[in-house]
This record gives sequence, structure tokens and C-alpha cells, in this order.
Amino acid sequence: MTMTLMVARRLLHAFLLILAVLVLNFLLIHIAPGDPADVIAGEMGGATEEMLADIRKTYGLDKPVYVQLGVYLTRALQGDLGQSFFYNAPVLDLVAGRAGPTILLVATALLFAVFVGTMLGVLASHKPKGIVSGLVTVVSVIGYSAPIFWTGMMLVILFAWVYPIFPIANMYDITRGGGFFDRVVDILYHLVLPALTLGIVYLAQYARLTRASMLEILGSDYIRTARAKGVAEVKVYGHHALRNAILPVVTIAGLQFGSIISGAVLVETVFSWPGLGTLAFESILARDYPTILGILFFSSLLVIAANLITDLVYRLVDPRIRTGG
Amino acid sequence: MRKTGFIAAAMAMLLTASAASFTQADEQKNGGTLVLGTTQKARHLNPAVQSGIATAVPGTQIFATPLRFNDKWEPQPYLAESWSVSDDGKSITLKLRANAKFHDGKPITSEDVAFSLQTVKDNHPFKSMFSPVTGVDTPDPLTAVINFEKPHPAALLAMSSALLPIIPKHVYGDGQDPKSHPANNAPVGSGPFKFVEFKPGEYIILEKNPDYFIEGRPYLDKIIIKNYKDLTSLALAIDTGEINMYPFLAPTKDIARLKKNDGLVVTDRGYEAVGPINWLAFNTNNHYLKDKRVRQAIAYAMDRDFIINALLGGQSKAATGPVVPGSPFYADAAEKYDVDLDKANAMLDEAGFPRGDGDMRFQLTVDYIPGSAELQKNVAEYLKSQLKKVGIDVELRASPDFPTWAKRVGGHDFDMSMDIVFNWGDPVIGVHRTYLCDNIKKGVIWSNTQSYCNEEVDNLLNEAGSELDQAKRIALYKKAQEIIVDDAPIAFINVLPYHTAYSKDIGNPPLTIWGAMSPLDEVYIK
Repeated sequence: MTMTLMVARRLLHAFLLILAVLVLNFLLIHIAPGDPADVIAGEMGGATEEMLADIRKTYGLDKPVYVQLGVYLTRALQGDLGQSFFYNAPVLDLVAGRAGPTILLVATALLFAVFVGTMLGVLASHKPKGIVSGLVTVVSVIGYSAPIFWTGMMLVILFAWVYPIFPIANMYDITRGGGFFDRVVDILYHLVLPALTLGIVYLAQYARLTRASMLEILGSDYIRTARAKGVAEVKVYGHHALRNAILPVVTIAGLQFGSIISGAVLVETVFSWPGLGTLAFESILARDYPTILGILFFSSLLVIAANLITDLVYRLVDPRIRTGG
Repeated sequence: MRKTGFIAAAMAMLLTASAASFTQADEQKNGGTLVLGTTQKARHLNPAVQSGIATAVPGTQIFATPLRFNDKWEPQPYLAESWSVSDDGKSITLKLRANAKFHDGKPITSEDVAFSLQTVKDNHPFKSMFSPVTGVDTPDPLTAVINFEKPHPAALLAMSSALLPIIPKHVYGDGQDPKSHPANNAPVGSGPFKFVEFKPGEYIILEKNPDYFIEGRPYLDKIIIKNYKDLTSLALAIDTGEINMYPFLAPTKDIARLKKNDGLVVTDRGYEAVGPINWLAFNTNNHYLKDKRVRQAIAYAMDRDFIINALLGGQSKAATGPVVPGSPFYADAAEKYDVDLDKANAMLDEAGFPRGDGDMRFQLTVDYIPGSAELQKNVAEYLKSQLKKVGIDVELRASPDFPTWAKRVGGHDFDMSMDIVFNWGDPVIGVHRTYLCDNIKKGVIWSNTQSYCNEEVDNLLNEAGSELDQAKRIALYKKAQEIIVDDAPIAFINVLPYHTAYSKDIGNPPLTIWGAMSPLDEVYIK
């Protein structure tokens, strides 16, 4: 299969997928009881009949659902994601403003989880019955089973309250001045706890996965051959074993991109991180249809892009795929 | 002309002129930043077309109103340096300050007042505030005469806080819909603080207005309103000093904990006007609940003291009627429905609902607003166990989110529901709506969703709504409240435990009846 054909097929799939995401979510969110007018009335502490009717008319909610869907899709395909029902702002601006923080958080957490997780896995595979291995297994299970918001709250209480090393919430301190560099440092400082919280859950999986995969490979013939040849143990682990053991890790990392975005919703809420996750959660509560759809549209783009990148990375780490084997 | 308004205004002006107010001994310092934390997200910053706390807190800093209120429910001059009510009560004359300017430098005229009032009348959800207004005359740039079809005692209060922001006609009068006007996200007002930046759901930054019409104020350089997504993080933020004010603090465990912090002051003052009441509403169309005795029996079965002391940690006051304690119209109800299970059982027997299968009389559902577990869900769960004792089998109906609950209760699809309703200063604004027969409107939340109708109550409320004599008004409301409490369309439980926590180094904290929903021009950092 040629590269262009593959890319073309992928793009077609992606387009159909996004269309399906939009239509399904549009219908799903309209099934939920209550509409934006109720929410706006709730925010205002009450409203009159005329006012509710007026809000519904402004947002086209007085029309049948299929008409609303048609209007929405036509506009979305032209790149117009509409105006938020809740905030007085275009959806594109809201999503664009929130996308950066989420990507920063998710990417940092994922990188942290993959690197540290793999390292721990390798460490554990060295002596599968040793203390380190047991510790990695226990910590992994706890990290994976603990509810993510609980882990977050515990980290906040420990490292922001009992020992106030890190800030409690937000992405940066708006009360602080300083130039661009200060801001970057401040953001990194605020990033530690949320990225750690989100990373811990996934770290466990990579550690377990690497450990299992390493153990399997360490028992294979070519490792025995390498050792027999007198290759240094570090090189056996790093060059021979890990290169093969990493393949499932890459696959999982790509697949998990979607679920890690959903995990970000909880972490963002605990840490008041101004990302897409909190915006999505708030928009669902507010029945802010255009914003919800805009976020889903954007996150499906992200997941599709992540899968594409996984494919490319796969080609890099596994020469067999590169040669079309 | 009635002179009382003039005299009060003149006296208040003297007081305000002599170094702000006499309550504080310290010297106010200039400078500093107030960082206020909240979980409430502002949709935009124009209170003329958006009610609610989230917009009111920044809105009252950016926009000035004709009047403001002190902590004794007395109107004070603000943009209007004086005001007077005509003898027939059908017009109010405002004299504006000559030196008041919008943040863009343009002067404020009576035209802006007329324009603002019309905008609020057309777009604000609280229709009763200005529905009796027939028009505003502007004989000269500094005089505005508001005409009413009948005397309107709520008018002065409706000209304070976030209820009548004076918005610039030269900005908002361009023909665009004021509800979605681009200036709502970057407003030009005339209040003590100017707009700097608004990031929806993240923060709002305001800075000192150097041309503020009250000489020497505000003291603060900056106000930052920070959004937190989680109440626990918000409580930790004030505890560690990340923020220095947390208004509308409600979780009782946080209140108790923050009270122990020596660097903080925690007060329940400043919520008299909002008047938030937590209650159990009955759908009087229900087969069982249409009988007054059943509703009264449920009220008797419920132990208010247990709810307040055990469930709410003693941090909340009792509510015994439609008007919140702290309002001048509060009437100490004759019947408080102190818990009496025997009486409740007897009343249910008398109503003709004897105990049957499993010792139960009948079944009812109870809804509650999701998200506020302490005030709503926990009380609903308590009701289930408590009402079982009098033979009523209660089923809790959870709603996943606010719109779901609003659709059910607004659509009259409920038996009983926990609810939270605000008084909003004057009974005309926040109380009448729950009881008037003509406000039974399906699909509208916080209308008369109980479908309660009593002609006598209607007459009393309508009369009180156009009575200018305060003593007579109080008497009318007292009578109306007695009947409502006896009819029991609602079992009143408690006032929301709203508190303000603020750092000890804050001087002149907002403790007037509107609390943080009033201009913070007197606040300073010690």
C-alpha cells in the first residue's frame, strides 16, 4: 500500500468519524432533560415565561431537533462552531483558549507516565521476585485503583496544605507580575501536582506492561545468545530487551490518549486547571450545546492525530513495519 | 413633596463625606489587591441583563447605581446625590452628581438613567422591579423623574446593588441586543473599578478608577476575582492565603474549620438582602398534598433543630416563613411547626389516610437540587427516614444535574421538592413570585411551582406591594406570612449558611445588606 493511499484512506475515515461524533453527540445532548434556557434562568435566580421563550428563540431551540442539527452541521463544516449559549463568546475562542492548557497537562502526564513507568518496569523485571519488583507492583495497583480525584485531593492536602510546597490550584498566579520567563516558570510550578496526579494512574499501567513484556523477552533465545556472547548486562537490557518490550507500550500510549483526556476532566476540576476538561464538564451541566460539540470535535481531532502519530512512531521503533512486512 | 428622602440623603451625605463612615477607627491606606475566590462563573459582566451572584459581584464594581444601601436597610446617595418621592408616591425624582463620569470619560446624564432603566425593564428576569414604571422624564441632564402607574415601595431598593446599573447609552444604545452585546464582556461603567480583563470561567481583573466620583476612593488598586472549580480547593486557598476574601462560603464544615484560622474573620453578615431560604416545597395538586392537613403534618414531622444542629453543624439560622430573618418585613411566625410526631400522626389520620400495608399510609417522591448535598440531598434523605415514622413512604428522586431538576420542578412534575429561593431584598422582587395565583406558570422555575392559590394572600401581597407607609407594609406582610405559614404550601427549614471569610488585614469588609454585591470602594488593606 502506498503512503498517499494510506493517508487518503485515513483522512476519509477521520472525516466520517468526526461527522459521526458530531451527529451522535448532538442527538445525545438533546435527549438530556432541560435546556440552556432553564440553566440561564437558574443562574439568574428566576425568569419569566416570555424570557425563557425569548432565550429559546435566540438560540434556535424553538425549532425541531433535525432542523437544528442541519443548521449546525452546515455551519460546522464551514468552520463555524457557533456562539456559546452560556458565555457571551464564540465557541472557537473558548476552545482555542482552553486547548493549550489541556494539551500541556495531558502531554506532560503522558510523557511522565511513559518514561517513569517504563523505567520502573525495567527495574522491576531485573529481579522479578525482589523487593523493588514487589514494590512497583503494589504501588502500581494502588495508583491505578485509586480514584483520580482522590489522588489529586491527597496530593493537594499533602504538598499544598500540610507542606505548602506547591500551589493549590490554577495554572499560574495572576497576582504575580514578571515577564514571559517568570510566567513560564510559574506555569511549570503549577503543573507539577496536576501532571503528577494524572500521570500516576497511567504510570502504573506502563510499569506493569513493561515489566511483563520485559520478563517475556528476557527469557527468549536471543537474549540468552547476547548474554552468552558476553554483552554487558546494561546493554542487554537497554539495547536488546527494551527495544522490543517497548512496542506494546507505544501502542497503549497511543490508544490511551483518548482516555487520558477524559481523566483530565477530573484533574482539571480538582486543580481548577483552565482546560477543555472543565469547560466540557461545565458546558454539559449548562446544556451549552455548541460548546460541548466544539470540544468533542476538537478532542476527536486530537485523538485521531494521536493515533496517526502512534503509527508513525511505530514505524520508527519497529523496522519490520517500515519495510511493509 | 415628601421631605424624608431629602433629609435622609443630606444626613447620609454628611456622614459619608466625613471620612467614609464612623464605624472604623483605623486610617484607610491606599493600594493593594483584593483577591476574591469563587466557584460562581460569570456569563458576562453586565448586570442590567443578567441577574445572579456571579455577575453581580464584578458588576457592582464596574457599574454604579443611583442608590446604595447601608447595613440598616437605609438608602444612601450614590450616583444620585439626592432623591425625593412625590406625595402620591407615583414618581421619584433623582438628582445626579455633576462630577460623575463613565470610565471612557463621557459624563453621566439623566438620559443614561432613562436608557438603563428601560434596558433593565425589558431584559432583566426580575420583572416586578420596574413593571409599574410608565416612563422616565429627563427635564435636565442631572434630573431624572421616574413615573409609576401606582406607588412602588420596592423602587428604591431596586435602584441599588446590581439591580439598576447605569449603563452608557453611547455604548449600549447602538441597536445591538443588550443581552449579547460585545461590551458585556468588556464593559464601560462608572463604578469604583474599571474593567481590565475577563477570561470566562478563569478570572476577572479590575483596577482602580482614578476618576471615581467619590473623592479619595477607592482605596484598593486592584480586584481580582478568581474562579475555582472545586469548593475544597477554594476553602484551602483562603486557608493558605492564596486569596484574601471568600464570599458566599456555604459548606458548614469549611465554615467551622476556617473560623479556627487566626488570620481570618468569618462572618454571616452581608446576606440580609439576598435572603436565601432552604425549604421543602409541596405540589398542592398532588392527591395527598392538596390537603392542608397533610402538608402541615409533614412540617410537624420534620425536626428543624436536628437539621440545623446535626446536619448543618449549627452554622445556619432557622427559617420559619417566606421572608428571611434580617429583613424588615420578617415576621416572627406564630406557628413554627416544632417537631411533634404524635400531632403529625393524628393529623394524617384525621385527613383520612390511615396506615395500611407495611404500616404505611401512602407514597410520595422528593426531589432535590443536585450539587449542594449538605443543604439538599442530606435533608431529603433525613426526610425519608423521618416521614417513615408518620407512615409516609418517601422515595428520593435524584437528578443528575441542575437542568434536569429544573425541568421536573418547573414542569410541576414532582410531589415534594427541596428548593433554595432568594428573597432578593424586597418581597416584591423575591417573595411574591412564589405565592401569587397568577404566577403559577408551568415551565418556569422559581415561579409558583407549588400551584398555591389563596385570594386573601393575593390581596395582601398586592396591597403591600403598593403601600409606601413602612409600618402599614410591615403589618400587611405579617398577615400574609401568617396565612402562608398556616396554609403550608412550603415547609420552611433554614437560611442558607452563607458566610464571608476574609483576611484579618482587610479593613471595611463588605457588611452592608448586599455584602460583596455592592461597591467595594471603602475596602482597604491594612
